[in-house]
Amino acid sequence: MREQLAKIKSQAAVAVQEAGDLNQLNEVRVKFLGKKGELTQVLRGMGGLSAAERPIIGQLANEVREFLEQQLEDKQAVLKEGAKARQLAAETIDITLPGRPVLLGKRHPLTTVLDEIKTIFLGLGFEIEEGPEVETDYYNFEALNLPKEHPARDMQDSFYITAETLLRTHTSPVQPRTMEKKAPQVPVKVIAPGKVYRRDDDATHSPMFHQVEGFIIDKNISFSDLKGTLLTFSRQMFGEDREIRLRPSFFPFTEPSAEVDISCIMCHGKGCRVCSGTGWLEILGSGMIHPRVLSMSGYDPQEVTGFAFGMGVERITMLKYGIDDLRLLFENDLRFLGQF
Amino acid sequence: MRVSYNWLQEYVDLKGISPRELAEKLTLSGVAVERLDVLGEGVEKVVTGRIEELVRHPDADKLQICKLNVGKGELLQIVTGASNVAVGQVVPVALVGAKLPSGMNIKKSKLRGVESFGMLCSGEELAIEKKLLPENQQDGILILPPDTPVGVDAKEVLGLNDVALELELTPNRADCLSMVGVAREVAAVLGSEFKAPGLDLVEEAGSIAGQDKVTIEDAELCSRYVAKLIKDVRIAPSPAWIQRRLQAAGVRPINNVVDVTNYVMLEFGQPLHAFDYETLEGREIIVRRARPGEELVSLDGQTRKLDEEMLVIADAKGPVAIAGVMGGLHTEVTATTRDILLESAYFNGTGIRRTSRRLGLRSEASMRFEKGIDLGGCLRAAERAAQLFRELAGGKLCQGAIDNRAVDIKEQVITLSLSRLDRYMGAPVPKDAAVSILRGLQFQVEDRGEELVVTVPTARPDIALEEDLIEEVIRIYGYDKVPVTLPVEATTQGRKTVEQGLEDLVKDIMVGSGLTEVINLSFTSRQMMDTARVAAGSSLRKAVVIQNPLSEEQGILRTTLLPGVLEVLRRNLSRRVKDAAVFEVGRVFRPEEGAVLPNEPLMLAVGGMGFTKVNWAQTRIPYDFYFLKGVLETLLDTLGIKDYRFVREAENPTFHPGRAAALMLGDRISGVIGQLHPDVAENFELPPEACLFEVNLDLLMANANLQKRYESLPKFPGVERDLAVVVQEGVTAERVREVIVANGGELLREVSLFDVFRGKQIEAGYKSLALSMRYQAQDRTLTDDEVNSLQQGIADALARELGAELR
Repeated sequence: MREQLAKIKSQAAVAVQEAGDLNQLNEVRVKFLGKKGELTQVLRGMGGLSAAERPIIGQLANEVREFLEQQLEDKQAVLKEGAKARQLAAETIDITLPGRPVLLGKRHPLTTVLDEIKTIFLGLGFEIEEGPEVETDYYNFEALNLPKEHPARDMQDSFYITAETLLRTHTSPVQPRTMEKKAPQVPVKVIAPGKVYRRDDDATHSPMFHQVEGFIIDKNISFSDLKGTLLTFSRQMFGEDREIRLRPSFFPFTEPSAEVDISCIMCHGKGCRVCSGTGWLEILGSGMIHPRVLSMSGYDPQEVTGFAFGMGVERITMLKYGIDDLRLLFENDLRFLGQF
Repeated sequence: MRVSYNWLQEYVDLKGISPRELAEKLTLSGVAVERLDVLGEGVEKVVTGRIEELVRHPDADKLQICKLNVGKGELLQIVTGASNVAVGQVVPVALVGAKLPSGMNIKKSKLRGVESFGMLCSGEELAIEKKLLPENQQDGILILPPDTPVGVDAKEVLGLNDVALELELTPNRADCLSMVGVAREVAAVLGSEFKAPGLDLVEEAGSIAGQDKVTIEDAELCSRYVAKLIKDVRIAPSPAWIQRRLQAAGVRPINNVVDVTNYVMLEFGQPLHAFDYETLEGREIIVRRARPGEELVSLDGQTRKLDEEMLVIADAKGPVAIAGVMGGLHTEVTATTRDILLESAYFNGTGIRRTSRRLGLRSEASMRFEKGIDLGGCLRAAERAAQLFRELAGGKLCQGAIDNRAVDIKEQVITLSLSRLDRYMGAPVPKDAAVSILRGLQFQVEDRGEELVVTVPTARPDIALEEDLIEEVIRIYGYDKVPVTLPVEATTQGRKTVEQGLEDLVKDIMVGSGLTEVINLSFTSRQMMDTARVAAGSSLRKAVVIQNPLSEEQGILRTTLLPGVLEVLRRNLSRRVKDAAVFEVGRVFRPEEGAVLPNEPLMLAVGGMGFTKVNWAQTRIPYDFYFLKGVLETLLDTLGIKDYRFVREAENPTFHPGRAAALMLGDRISGVIGQLHPDVAENFELPPEACLFEVNLDLLMANANLQKRYESLPKFPGVERDLAVVVQEGVTAERVREVIVANGGELLREVSLFDVFRGKQIEAGYKSLALSMRYQAQDRTLTDDEVNSLQQGIADALARELGAELR
């Protein structure tokens, strides 16, 4: 019987080694360890042994069983590992195929730029106010120191609705509207973004465009505060290395008035096609709020001063993205809008 | 205003300052120079030459052979095709090697066998604008005055060694519509001396008194009227120097009398008018409003109908000029005029503007009156012109002038506080600098320590307040010297209103749903409304009308965003962009009875056609009714709007009657969604499946609720059950859902429709709906029996109420 056990042990060990997959391995298990398996058969014959031999052979048989079970377990682990590796290899995908498309649209570039401008001024402590697009002559002109027949009204050819109402020609009417609401409270820090309308339609003018008006009223606001605020804005909007330049100008609602130029974003002031060789780009108009504008809307110009500015969003958008034709902004061609 | 650099030097020293530097300095101190015109640019080696001989070309009828004295002893032979040349004339001659602005280089050549050493030049060939040449010189070779020296640089003779500065003046700086005004500005900017033109008045004829009478009947429209009488003028061309200056300023020389009035207008900014004194009836001038029915034949030969809003100059008989706008033909100065009555007046800008608009007549004179001239300068300009009439036209000046004033002429006196100046600037401005800047501008300054008392000349009516003086000082002191500071104030909060925040959220949801934002102009037309089939009786047909639109297509303001969105789809499709999903957020304009301003509700419109992008991984999703409805439902849910419903909308002609719905918030219609009516699709050349929706964002925002409250998570498992029922086509998904919800009890937490099926095994006219239901209790695990009985109750109710059959 010893010989039989030794033979089973060596035969089974070889069979385990030769098993190529889990099925074959299972066959090996059945063949040697199953109910009708060879080891089981041997153990059944133990009844014929002497009492002295029985425990010895029994222990030997158990050793053989334990050995075989260990062998089977090890081999099974190896085979499982191999099978998993083969399965993984078979499951390889083409990772260069594009992903499932996510539906995502685009904001209009004007909206994106408006949002950026708003964010900058919100950070500087400005509130956002809005006003109607159809405006009264009073708020659009008179309250801004542009009485009827003022020659400066020529600067802004208007779309009239009635003799007393028109499409606002700038976002400035939000200034007197807000001042009337807030006077005599200070400080006032407000921006007013929105659509404005002028009777112009050519390659560089659209009859509708967007402006952002901004103004501050407080005790002791100076021209240098205007310069500082607009420098801060320009650097956040166009880059920290921007410089600004103020040029005297005229707006009926500010005194003194200034056009604000930034150093060219393309050539950094050297002079190029974008800045017509000047090194500077005009981006906004500004000035100290005219004393008459303050007093008409309820503030005492001896007590408080303020500054105001207005910028064209189309111009800033075109500069920022290098758009060379204004009309693209209102054609709404998806091949254009998809670029932003 | 066009300023000749050479002419300007008569009033201010420009030594060491190039035209370019001058332009830069003026621009940075407030008088913007739009561009520099270098006159005679590109003209090289062109000299004056006298024609000494002229013979026909032996072999060409149209050519002549000229021999010219160009100051070199030897005569120069040139073959010319010009027909206006004659022996003895002095003409500009481009020598061999000359360059002309057209890019032409003059070479020695042979014309039909005869050698030619140059070319005779016309004005245009020297880049002199045709409209600036006297009428008889506009065609052919430019004929110079006979006393022009020969062999000298033609540019010198023609005033082409000059640079014109084109000023872009702001409306407040009407004073710079004159050479003298610009010179004052330049003097202040450069810190150099201003030299006022001298006056040398020799009055040798009798006094004007008794020879003419001026009455101002309308003091509102005419503040001052100065007249001078000049006798025995001889009309002739002006001397070259005045012609050159006029041309450099962009004015065509006519004759000595007209040229003098133009010259003095350019010099002082005062428009002048010369009447032929003999033609004035009754030797009198009446400044009055026109009477109803009056007419005047103006200088250009047109009969002008006048009205009572217009100011006229009249004589005893009737109007002789439209004041400040245009003279009359009958009293015009002609070649035979001997005596001149010169008008130098101040007409009110508003009146001139009105008249000039009404007649459609705008001139250099009317433009100056509109912007405001120097009330104190009328007499001075009249005297200057009189002096030139004497010098250039041989006129004899009558003594004195008529000077009728309807208002007092006062110089403004303004006190400037230096501390206020510093506070405005944000830094101290040295007092010396302030004083010298103001004096440089020809203001009188009295130093009173902390204050300056400033007297402003009448030429600067734009200076009326202390702040105006502050601007004058700071702009010339230099905006570059303004320091950079930030306002120091009580802290303010930068924030958006709730509505502004919601508008951002709406755009986020749209973009997140795959829609691209468009921005349309706010203008539209009735025609567009027709194309989009907006119902005839719809309130959307009541639009805000623009009085002066750019075109009929932009005649009214939009009352709905939909036509604009349709137009975007059309335009994209015409450019072969077949798939589009777009949105617009914008205001529309709805007139309101009794209100001054229209309502401007904020709207959201969405349009879709075609499909999502082609891809390998999944089928393309159509931008159809249900896509758009999904977007809209997502929006409503995100805004926290609960009480909404979609109801069938079969009456809106823009939409397919079976495929459109109205969005109800409570019992209020707040939007519309649907597939296009086939006729609308055809009108816009769109695929019939294209869909739209529009909602009123003001209403949505008013109903929005972004407040969230945490609900504890379920502690016990829920149970899911599916149910498939067959119902008639007419039974809506919403009805099925309502019945389920009504019978599911409070344990039914969620119902979702996961399939709609028609076809095999389903009888025609019926459809199968598959729904999934989730039951859940907060306090226990549900038993099968409980759920089964609820499911059975639902199935029974569906059968009872909707005739549904379980599948």
